[in-house]
Amino acid sequence: MDLIVDNASTYLDGFAVTARLTAYSAVAALAVGLVMAALRIAPLRSLRVVAAAYVEVLRNTPLTLVFFFMVLVAPQFGILPPLGFWTAVACLALYTSAFVAEAVRSGINGVGVGQAEAARSIGLTFGQVLREVVLPQAVRSTVPPLINVLIALTKNTSVAAGFAVVELVGTGRRLSTANAGDPWVLVGVAVCYLVITIPMGLLATSLERRVAFAR
Amino acid sequence: MTSVLYDAPGPVTRRRERIGSVVGAVVVLALAFLALRYAAGRGVFQADHWDVLHNPPKGQSAADVWRSILVRGLGATLRAAAVAAPLALVLGLVLALWRTTRLRWLRVPAVAVVEVFRGLPVLLMMLVGTLALGMDPFGGVVFGLVVYNMAIFAEILRAGLAALPKGQAEAASAIGLSRWQSLRHVLLPQAVRMMLPSLVAQLVVLLKDSSLGFIVSYPELLKAIQNNGQYFGNRYFVALFVVGAGTYLAVNLSLSAFARWLSRRTGARAGAVGDPAGLALVASRPSRRRATRARP
Repeated sequence: MDLIVDNASTYLDGFAVTARLTAYSAVAALAVGLVMAALRIAPLRSLRVVAAAYVEVLRNTPLTLVFFFMVLVAPQFGILPPLGFWTAVACLALYTSAFVAEAVRSGINGVGVGQAEAARSIGLTFGQVLREVVLPQAVRSTVPPLINVLIALTKNTSVAAGFAVVELVGTGRRLSTANAGDPWVLVGVAVCYLVITIPMGLLATSLERRVAFAR
Repeated sequence: MTSVLYDAPGPVTRRRERIGSVVGAVVVLALAFLALRYAAGRGVFQADHWDVLHNPPKGQSAADVWRSILVRGLGATLRAAAVAAPLALVLGLVLALWRTTRLRWLRVPAVAVVEVFRGLPVLLMMLVGTLALGMDPFGGVVFGLVVYNMAIFAEILRAGLAALPKGQAEAASAIGLSRWQSLRHVLLPQAVRMMLPSLVAQLVVLLKDSSLGFIVSYPELLKAIQNNGQYFGNRYFVALFVVGAGTYLAVNLSLSAFARWLSRRTGARAGAVGDPAGLALVASRPSRRRATRARP
């Protein structure tokens, strides 16, 4: 127990790195994911195929493999990503964007076809259909899954520990080795994660309950 | 395709879409071509970057290389998954049943275990295994996979049980089955069948997460790739990576396809295949929708 208190500042540093990793990757993943989702529902077949391939491949690839590519394989192409924070952000954003795209796409496709048909039949334009009818409904069923994606992202930042970023898990590994494997060290790390993940999980659940509506 | 947003296109629109599609394809192919030409310029496609796969240097035989990757590497990956998956399933089932206990305070430990472990990174749990509990890398990998996935399996099964119509449990107890009997003979078989696609999809996640063994120095597939690359020389990393990534994709995509096939067969909604991603953190609300929809 004392270990955690004594090393509080080290924990805080690790926590800050994890938080920054999560925040930057989340913004980038949301941006890329939205573009991919838009491509996946675009009426242009070739773009749909490309976006679908992107999403399927990344969703079936381990995140470790993405890191592995950036760190060990990319240099063979003459691209030398500096080992560390920003490379980790790139990997996490790339990987997470596939899940963002999937969440957004299933949200939009989840809106009943009749909704859009009804909207068109009363003479709304494409923009109005999207703005007034489809998106408000899609957003409701997209936000809870997106929060779950972000929770997963928070946990996934730990993979960066294996690639020279000292975030929470990296901090825990150092402290643990320095203190002969004292189990409390990692309990401290676990608490730091739960501080983020459990409230977000509760938020997702309550939001989902609040926005639930009959279809 | 995406009929929510668009009317069925007429001939003019169809032509316009076809033109747009072709233009898009040309742009994408051009980008791909530029990328390939750039890679070729770096010598990535020269034979001496690939001969490790058929005629490796340093007096090794190609069979040795492939054996180290596919037998030892993939074998270790599959072994960890094969040991962890049944354990996680059994423990998940126990937790799910525990959560059906009627006494509220008796449920608390099961709820706590599930909520805590699915909120933690698998890698952290692996490190708990190796650093704090003194396991060997294999034990640590299995420990991490089991602890995390049992929580997810418990959630999936619980969602399945909660999604059953109430009448099932009522009918079971009306014909005089005990609680345990009705669970065993009536509720669980239905819940498991309904959630089978999600369970299989979670196996993809488990398999993907086994690659975290790379970080806790368990000699799995990625480690085998890395070892080969470091032994034969960095220029082979591209070829070796292609083999490693291809192996992962082949295994995971076939498991995903199996899950999708199962979900079609069991009549669940299409696209209901859980989460080949490992991003799973199932929200804890029992609902049919939750039960069948893809998790993040």
